[in-house]
Amino acid sequence: MEAFKQLTGIVAPVDRVNVDTDAIIPKQFLKRIERSGFGQFLFFEWRFHENGDVNADFEPNKPRYQGASVLISRANFGCGSSREHAPWAILDYGFKVVIAPSYADIFYNNCFKNGILPIKLSEEQVEDLFQRTAKYDGYKLSVDLENKKLTDEYGLDLAFDLDEHRRQFLLLGLDDIGLTLQHEDEITAYEQQRPAYLG
Amino acid sequence: MLGTSNRAKRDDRLNDGVNIMTKRTLFEKIWDKHVIHQEEGKPSIIYIDLHLVHEVTSPQAFEGLRLSNRKIRRPDLTFATMDHNVPTKDRFNIKDPISKQQIDTLTQNCEDFGVKLFDLNNLDQGVVHVMGPEIGLTYPGKTIVCGDSHTSTHGAFGALAFGIGTSEVEHVMATQCLQQAKPKTMEVRFNGSRKPGVTAKDLILGVIAKYGTDFATGYVIEYTGEAIRTLTMEERMTVCNMSIEGGARAGLIAPDETTFNYLKGREYAPANYDAAVEDWKELVTDEGATYDVVVDFDVDSLIPQVTWGTSPGMGTDITSSVPFPKDLPTENERKAAEKALEYMDLKPGTPMSEIEIDYVFIGSCTNGRIEDLRAAAEIARGYKVSDRVTAIVVPGSGRVKLQAEKEGLDKVFVEAGFEWREAGCSMCLAMNPDVLQPGQRCASTSNRNFEGRQGRGGRTHLVSPAMAVAAAINGRFTDVRDWNIKSEVLN
Repeated sequence: MEAFKQLTGIVAPVDRVNVDTDAIIPKQFLKRIERSGFGQFLFFEWRFHENGDVNADFEPNKPRYQGASVLISRANFGCGSSREHAPWAILDYGFKVVIAPSYADIFYNNCFKNGILPIKLSEEQVEDLFQRTAKYDGYKLSVDLENKKLTDEYGLDLAFDLDEHRRQFLLLGLDDIGLTLQHEDEITAYEQQRPAYLG
Repeated sequence: MLGTSNRAKRDDRLNDGVNIMTKRTLFEKIWDKHVIHQEEGKPSIIYIDLHLVHEVTSPQAFEGLRLSNRKIRRPDLTFATMDHNVPTKDRFNIKDPISKQQIDTLTQNCEDFGVKLFDLNNLDQGVVHVMGPEIGLTYPGKTIVCGDSHTSTHGAFGALAFGIGTSEVEHVMATQCLQQAKPKTMEVRFNGSRKPGVTAKDLILGVIAKYGTDFATGYVIEYTGEAIRTLTMEERMTVCNMSIEGGARAGLIAPDETTFNYLKGREYAPANYDAAVEDWKELVTDEGATYDVVVDFDVDSLIPQVTWGTSPGMGTDITSSVPFPKDLPTENERKAAEKALEYMDLKPGTPMSEIEIDYVFIGSCTNGRIEDLRAAAEIARGYKVSDRVTAIVVPGSGRVKLQAEKEGLDKVFVEAGFEWREAGCSMCLAMNPDVLQPGQRCASTSNRNFEGRQGRGGRTHLVSPAMAVAAAINGRFTDVRDWNIKSEVLN
């Protein structure tokens, strides 16, 4: 997995609570057997009208948000299905950071497996970022994972919290299957003492 | 447990040494038994007893194994079926080439990696969370994962069961373990008893309507109370199934005689059954053990539920009306409700019982089991589906279908004007050809009413099977407590 240390990028807003993984990537696009190429389907039914035309009212479609790499949204982001196609689509579209007040557990976990940094801030802090994004054309945030800081050109200097293990995991771009396999002796020992009926 | 050496940890597990004096919840007992390694500040490594696999979330995991030249560590603990893409009529003729490729890929992967597959030719093919318990793969005390959020269903047996992403599917395949931070514990206590017409589906819809879709994020729920104890196994599965709709990592119900009786004699249940039952009897929360959070829910006053919005928490009583967004407590909720009502094309103040529907879907991992179909048939018998409604019944598995046909339920449905289909996920998420057209309104026994879930522009209302049938017949939502059940007369 690719390591994540820091980035400075345009912020795009999706101003809704409970953005579910069906909205992030609708089911008709889950049939592919690859991990790549899902970005074209991100927020598909919000991004495009039924006839295929671009929905100009959907914020991330607006010219000022083109090339965005930071996505801001509201509480319970990524709720619903466990589909990892959701973070694959987010990443493939170009987002590396998501900022919201809270996330559904499975989605949150899936982000780290793909080198996406999901940042949790308070409702007030997220609201402030929405206002800054609306106010300044081409608004950019700088995300520093090393120091757990968010800054912008307008004086923002915000610390964010992140579990230390998860931080290291992203900074180093670790392969967690490899890490677990370092404990193979313990796995084998465990297997030898499980009740026989468990198989 | 943090900071103990690995050696000591293993000894604890073998004789439950330090834990004898500690009061533990059901969740903690299962968790402690499965931790194989723990270090301060890192997630635990836990062992997985059962890995269920389906066609949508597995191809990239199998591919990952190939790329890193890894095998499946325990193919004997890994079982696969195909459910999401499967057509419910003319099922061997999969017209969508990408769907077909996904199904063929699963077949090939299972062959290459030595995984038992319940394919379309197998009686046990079906929705993974219906067929797994049905053949006895799910039982108390196990850790169970699947690349599907509704894996929480299996918690009904007192198993710790949760959904994972595809990277973790690959992780379990390669190691039979997962790295997991220990979740917090929550008791959801059902007080009182259910009145006639109030189903397990109403219990869980009621809880989510009251507490929201993220009240349990980060928690494993244990459902307790007399109203839970009196549920059948299938009803317990309905409750645990929708734990994820409250945000929970998993939902659990302590096993009891109902559980032991259900599992006895099932194909994959332990051969030495009595010994297993002795172990399972330990799987209860100790008296005096504490949960991180306790939540109460009054069952006495609960009546049948219907959702009105685009999130499972947007639900209300059948006797109530579509809410006014301005009455909601926060700005974000008001905005969400306005968006939802616009999408759902509903006016605030409209009585729920005046909302007309076009489609009815009975099935899914929430309500696609034999008891669901019996309850649905009971309401349908002797009636006709409204002319304005298309109604389909999709059994959760091949075995559910066969049993229903033995009991003549298929005839009841067909005579009433329902379509009787083959097993699969079908219109719960509409990956197969069963899709709502834009603007169509559906009474659905499934678990999610998200925008576009059942088809772009489709409008989903979540209800119990009995309520779905009553809606199919009257063409609008109807309080099933007022229903004149004809079956007794006819029988």
